[in-house]
Amino acid sequence: MSDAAVRSNAHIEGYPYDREALRAELRTLDQVPGVAKRDPILTVDRIERRFGGMTAVNVAHLEVPRGAITALIGPNGAGKTTFFNLITGFDQPSNGQKLIGGGDARWSFNGKDLRRTGASQAARAGMVRTFQLTKALSRMTVLENMLIGANNQPGENIFVGLIPPLWKARERENVERAKDLLARFKLDAKINDMAGDLSGGQKKLLEMARALMSNPAMIMLDEPMAGVNPALTQSLLDHIQALRDDGTTVLFVEHDMHMVRHISDWVVVMAQGEVIAEGLPEEVMTSQAVVDAYLGAHHDKDLGDDDALNTGFMRAIATEIADEVEEETR
Amino acid sequence: MNFWFELLQNILQIAISPTTAAFVLAAIGLNVHFGFTGLMNMGQAGFMLVGAYGFGVSVSYFGLGFWAAIAVAVGAAVVFAIILGIPTLKLRGDYLAIVTIAAAEVIRMVVKLAVLQDITGGPSGIPGNKYRPVFTELSPLPDGKTTILGITYANTGVDDWWTRIVAWGLVALFLLITWLLIRSPWGRVLKGIREDEDAVRSLGKSSYAYKLQALILGGIMGAFGGVVMALPAAMQPDSMGRPMTFNLWMIVLLGGAATIFGPLLGSILFFVVRLLLTSLAGEFIPSSLLNTQQTEQLAWVLIGLALILLVVFRPQGVLGNKKELSFNV
Repeated sequence: MSDAAVRSNAHIEGYPYDREALRAELRTLDQVPGVAKRDPILTVDRIERRFGGMTAVNVAHLEVPRGAITALIGPNGAGKTTFFNLITGFDQPSNGQKLIGGGDARWSFNGKDLRRTGASQAARAGMVRTFQLTKALSRMTVLENMLIGANNQPGENIFVGLIPPLWKARERENVERAKDLLARFKLDAKINDMAGDLSGGQKKLLEMARALMSNPAMIMLDEPMAGVNPALTQSLLDHIQALRDDGTTVLFVEHDMHMVRHISDWVVVMAQGEVIAEGLPEEVMTSQAVVDAYLGAHHDKDLGDDDALNTGFMRAIATEIADEVEEETR
Repeated sequence: MNFWFELLQNILQIAISPTTAAFVLAAIGLNVHFGFTGLMNMGQAGFMLVGAYGFGVSVSYFGLGFWAAIAVAVGAAVVFAIILGIPTLKLRGDYLAIVTIAAAEVIRMVVKLAVLQDITGGPSGIPGNKYRPVFTELSPLPDGKTTILGITYANTGVDDWWTRIVAWGLVALFLLITWLLIRSPWGRVLKGIREDEDAVRSLGKSSYAYKLQALILGGIMGAFGGVVMALPAAMQPDSMGRPMTFNLWMIVLLGGAATIFGPLLGSILFFVVRLLLTSLAGEFIPSSLLNTQQTEQLAWVLIGLALILLVVFRPQGVLGNKKELSFNV
């Protein structure tokens, strides 16, 4: 397998290929939610999603640095996947711009305003995502799955598609690229199998490989490690880092803290729909806000114990929450 | 011996009849919708009606020529597809099924309206001689009759070779188009949409646009089916009602959804098997036990039974690839 063919990303001007320098730069930033980066690839402002009375996502400001591996973590129900859906156009923010009027939610990717775009346009802008529950195209072969990921195929137009000479050459290039990518993800033996026959972990790999077919500027992985054989984890981690080194910014949601600590350059923590902390992996994970979000501020108290849960203690919690609210509104 | 020979001839006759071709055309369209794209179109008969009346009314009422009338039929199918598609294709598949079946019924009711008697002929439809001349005058065949394999038809006339040539020529053309398109990257995206629309969207394809294109393409094929259906006979609203749609579904599933030749084989089987059953029953079962009308009904019962068995034992249809498509869409 030729690495050169896989790394077909041309040299991108201004991309931080030197990872150490990038990390050093990130280290100088203030570790507070919404901190400005020197060169953000994705900038989000005031994005909000409510389901009835529940606010699933309410992010005031977030910048994702170009060229970094950014992890998005948070407890279950923190709104990470909803946030992904909003950014990639699979869901619309409650304060989004409507045909007439609408809210003030705005986000831009790679300098392109994405407020009024659907999922397919977001992907064509260079922001390709994977799903928490893998979406392999089951009754198509692995190769077909890969080829559908390419976005430079003119034959996908109905009229061009009728005339094979117009698209055959591009098809051959894409097949070569698909084979290289599949070899990289150790799926080359399965190339003609139906995607539905792959194992859960292999489907994850296929989905990731497929997302790479279009050479995206940023890849968004929703729990890439869930269900993957531990023996494969290390090579998957290497793939993700290699992606970054080749010029693809990575943003991923993950529960596996080992992975987060191991490969990410920057960590964003969400809880109850808001970004509660941002910073370097080694520091943010030990911060008080994050520990509280994951374990609860009173994780060392047994709330089932009637003696412990007396009126005084409940009042104390109430005041504490009131203080927090006041602090936030300030 | 004579019976078998006649039976064979009858089978051949029904296999190449324009009505069979019309079913094939509409079924190819439905296969583009359901087999390749996964769209639950329950109103393919509506597309046939729109095509047939688009053609018939253009000629009989507005006095247009053949090609202009065909253009009107195609245009009407495109407009019908867009009207159906725009509100429903963003929703889940079931909505399209409900809307299409309702829309097909609406079309049928509208052309049956007594108010439109002068234009559409109301419930009795448009007699064939009002629109057929524009078609027959295009025939390059000489006058007279021709006999091929013991079957004799007029070269050009009411139930003629010219209609059969054009009808089956259209079948060949549409089969070629589907074959080319399904092998193309465009067809691959359609299959992707059938499998998982969100995955395809996440890869930068506008599934909505593709679904609308597929709906239009299959609808145009259905419209041609309607025109071919009406050419050798008359145009009647009730001949293209719900039973037509369900028969088309049966044909697609019988032949094998998501295959190129499934609709062709399905249609021929659909007509030939029924003919076989009625002929055999008529010959060998005494009419005191089962009269002609009852054999006809029995044939339908057996077709229904065959469909049940098919679903259980060969869900991918006769030609289908089990790995690719069973009835689980």
